[in-house]
Amino acid sequence: MTNGLSFAALADPTRREVFERLARGPLPVGELAQGLPVSRPAVSQHLKVLKEAGLVTDRPDGARRVYQIDPKGLGQIRAWLDQFWDVALDAFKAEVERNAEEPTQPADEDQP
Amino acid sequence: MNQTTIKPAAITKTFTVRATPEKAFAVFTDGFDRWWPKTHSIGASPLKKAVIEPGVGGRWYGLLEDGSEGLWGDVLVWEPPGRLVLAWRITHQWGYDPNLLTEVEVRFVAVGASETRIEFEHRDLERFGDSEAANQARVSMDGGWGTILESFQAVVNG
Repeated sequence: MTNGLSFAALADPTRREVFERLARGPLPVGELAQGLPVSRPAVSQHLKVLKEAGLVTDRPDGARRVYQIDPKGLGQIRAWLDQFWDVALDAFKAEVERNAEEPTQPADEDQP
Repeated sequence: MNQTTIKPAAITKTFTVRATPEKAFAVFTDGFDRWWPKTHSIGASPLKKAVIEPGVGGRWYGLLEDGSEGLWGDVLVWEPPGRLVLAWRITHQWGYDPNLLTEVEVRFVAVGASETRIEFEHRDLERFGDSEAANQARVSMDGGWGTILESFQAVVNG
């Protein structure tokens, strides 16, 4: 899973609309798709992205699936932030050392 | 109704860079745009420039390609070259919330003459849970994300 997923998940206006509707309460895909300017498969695709991002979750309700905002999403955001800061701080370290003016001996990693 | 709050541990990272604390602090803050991943911003437009304004109360934000700003938080502690604390006020649902306070602390500790140990912590993550509840209430009242983002924009630009 890529680090930018949760941010990206809400960058798309239709996906944000889907998320907003779910923020008002759980809905099955069919009702969720009503009134949206995209096809039901497209809505399902948006839901898939939101689900992968840990923002929404689904549960079976008879023959259909009902979607809702993921109430346990805190774990998701922590995992996301943990990975995110790894990426950001790696970039920070590279930038600091790229700009380091003091001549330093390269410290080799402990590798055979 | 509310569920039991999950209280996640703070995120901590410790590593060493080959630079003095002065240099590391300067690159982290003044040089923020040179390393902050361009993929990480809030708003519908791509990130053009990432900024940390110097000093307590300085803003921490992204300037977007469409000219708007996406505010992330503000500087809580500014003690160069040893310590920086930023308020991360981006909610669980990826909007700015001035009432949300999670803290990002970075300590720059000299190691020898030319190295610095970076001690990083992002804490108070459980507050994302409070913010989520607050956001949902606001979504219901104001009619959704569009409105929230617009008012956020107005606050930022005003």
